[in-house]
Amino acid sequence: MRVTQGCFSFLPDLTDEQIAAQVQYCLEKGWAVNIEFTDDPHPRNTYWDMWGLPMFDLRDAAGIMKELADCRRVYGDRYIRMSGFDSSHGWESVRISFIVNRPKNEPGFRLERQEVGGRSVSYTTRAYALDRPEGERYADQ
Amino acid sequence: MTQAQEKISEQIPETPLETIDLRHEFADLGIGDVLDQLDSELIGLKPVKTRIREIASLLLVERIRQKMALATTFPTLHMSFTGNPGTGKTTVALRMAGILHKLGFVRRGHVISVTRDDLVGQYIGHTAPKTKEILKKAMGGVLFIDEAYYLYRPENERDYGQEAIEILLQIMEAQREDLVVILAGYGDRMEKFFQSNPGFRSRIAHHIDFPDYSDPELLWIAELMLQQQNYRFSPEAREAFTRYIGIRKEQPLFSNARSIRNALDRIRLRQANRIVAKLDRTLTADDVMSIEAGDVLASRVFAKGAGTAGEAR
Repeated sequence: MRVTQGCFSFLPDLTDEQIAAQVQYCLEKGWAVNIEFTDDPHPRNTYWDMWGLPMFDLRDAAGIMKELADCRRVYGDRYIRMSGFDSSHGWESVRISFIVNRPKNEPGFRLERQEVGGRSVSYTTRAYALDRPEGERYADQ
Repeated sequence: MTQAQEKISEQIPETPLETIDLRHEFADLGIGDVLDQLDSELIGLKPVKTRIREIASLLLVERIRQKMALATTFPTLHMSFTGNPGTGKTTVALRMAGILHKLGFVRRGHVISVTRDDLVGQYIGHTAPKTKEILKKAMGGVLFIDEAYYLYRPENERDYGQEAIEILLQIMEAQREDLVVILAGYGDRMEKFFQSNPGFRSRIAHHIDFPDYSDPELLWIAELMLQQQNYRFSPEAREAFTRYIGIRKEQPLFSNARSIRNALDRIRLRQANRIVAKLDRTLTADDVMSIEAGDVLASRVFAKGAGTAGEAR
């Protein structure tokens, strides 16, 4: 099951040229671009691990694309996303976020029903990948 | 295809062109203007200008070859500027970025000017991220490393400068299309630097030597600087300044155009002082613009036995 989070996630995966164009758009808007990665695809998992520091004061996408290539080399089997942080007054938040790398095989989520008090049921989703410890979740692909 | 190539190839039609109007191509890029500006605003520096013209021509031909779909490799554009202090290395580097940008060989045309402190860290593991950070900022533009020979300190074999050099070399080779590195420094020290880092010499295509200015050129520079600030020499003051240049050149720590600029700053101070000294009069624009011989001659350079070390007052 394809994880859809952030911008462009219902489109086919972006090519490197398309990613570079998006990054350049962020830079021209003056946003700091971050690279983050995780192997826990749950939608409520908002805190992904950061690859290096946010990249401030850049003019060209080439530097960020190089960082992305480095990140893919190490964590190519995980989800990697980019986000553009707008530090200007009044915004001070992430303005764009999109997935740039995903595992080859995404097993998806299991819906768990729990019967509680009487006939009511509470629901939760759990990623199949999470059955295995961190770091090994997509390792065998 | 990289972005740089993409930018160039935007205008390439499907079938390669057979003929190209050179004049049209030249005018289209607007390098003519840049080169003319270089000629008119930078005084002297003959070898430098010739070299820049050569590079510009090469890049123009390279572009045309690309349009004709002839196989080309991306030219190596890293440069090294050597010369004495105040000969205009930084100024030319800034112009260079503009020229390369117009020709489409760098994408953004900005210049990141750094020295050793910006590249080399203070403890183990600090240098690599620091250097990479700067390189990332310079991507798409020009990285100008002033006094580059400081990067290498032979007396300390554990110096982190070597680490910065290795990262630089690696990026200079692998991402030639993304950034242009310009090293600058004094001639003899740069020579030593290249001797101990042969990798650097071979990765730099253009070694440009900046000559010292002659006396008339220095006077010309002084007049241009004054003109930019809306001042002018009176005829006697010009004569006095010519003598000033002759004497100042013989003194230690003479740094060409920079010394001239400092001298002019001090002359302006003295001129202001002279004007303010007499309060009971009305001033014309001419009065505040013109610099008199007295303003120049008050300089300590003219004082007898002014062989003192340090910048002359």
